[in-house]
Amino acid sequence: MTIRKCETMSIVTAEHIVLVRQAVRKQSVALGFNLVDQTKFVTAASELARNTLDHGGGGSVHLEIVETDRRTGIRLTFEDQGPGIANLDLALTDGYTSGNGMGLGLSGARRLSNEFEIWSEPGKGTRVTIVRWK
Amino acid sequence: MERIPILKMGVFLLVTIQVDMHDRLALTLQDDLTDQIVKHRARGVLIDISTLEMVDSFIGRMLGTIASMARLLDADTVVVGMQPSVAITLVELGLSLKGIRTALDVEKGMAALQLAFAERGDTQDDDS
Ligand SMILES: Nc1ncnc2c1ncn2[C@@H]1O[C@H](COP(=O)(O)OP(=O)(O)O)[C@@H](O)[C@H]1O
Ligand SMILES: [Mg+2]
Repeated sequence: MTIRKCETMSIVTAEHIVLVRQAVRKQSVALGFNLVDQTKFVTAASELARNTLDHGGGGSVHLEIVETDRRTGIRLTFEDQGPGIANLDLALTDGYTSGNGMGLGLSGARRLSNEFEIWSEPGKGTRVTIVRWK
Repeated sequence: MERIPILKMGVFLLVTIQVDMHDRLALTLQDDLTDQIVKHRARGVLIDISTLEMVDSFIGRMLGTIASMARLLDADTVVVGMQPSVAITLVELGLSLKGIRTALDVEKGMAALQLAFAERGDTQDDDS
């Protein structure tokens, strides 16, 4: 797999979430995703960006265009050095929230992406990677 | 401060969301709408989201909160103009928008509000 392009954006304020959405939309359009796929991936990105800010205390997203010999896609890696998640299964359950959210961000982002990977360690932080292929 | 305008149309309020809303703007809209419903004794709120290219769980929750607050203040809420791609995405996200009335466009939304208003048979001014 080759990485054709990459960019890192910080997620420290609510305005940054809007910027992340716009950047993901722009790349999705550039790669020729149809409107539904664009919308799904932008929505997944919005959910994860908000988690990075609200639960992770801020962090960043790394945006990459990835290419194999068969297909091209967008990979997003959200990272923070926040409190981490003690129980990943619970966090990935529809409707579970430790705050006052709807508890659909993690589980929803997983459904809205083709690939989903999460790493988290209490006290260290959280990293979530999603890919959507063209 | 940046704000989403709220238009008064008779006993109804009309909100057209025209920007990619950041979180604070969404919360301000919630507060402004509550104030305006009380101030104008509005009986219905129509929220046009046709320009929204995305609805995530944050905006979904905001729409739900507005609808419940409006209900407590004796006003109906109808959300209109959701793009098909947004609707498809919401289903996969797992957000059902339960308890929120929707309509295809502003015209149909207004008709729904008017019908609900007529069915309740209340008068515009209950001071008298
Ligand atoms: N980056 C993160 N850092 C710490 N905890 C997180 C992070 N992302 C998600 N979580 C935890 O997982 C739970 C579920 O997340 P999510 O499905 O997005 O729901 P919500 O954000 O509405 O609470 C959160 O309530 C939080 O406890
Ligand atoms: Mg969330």
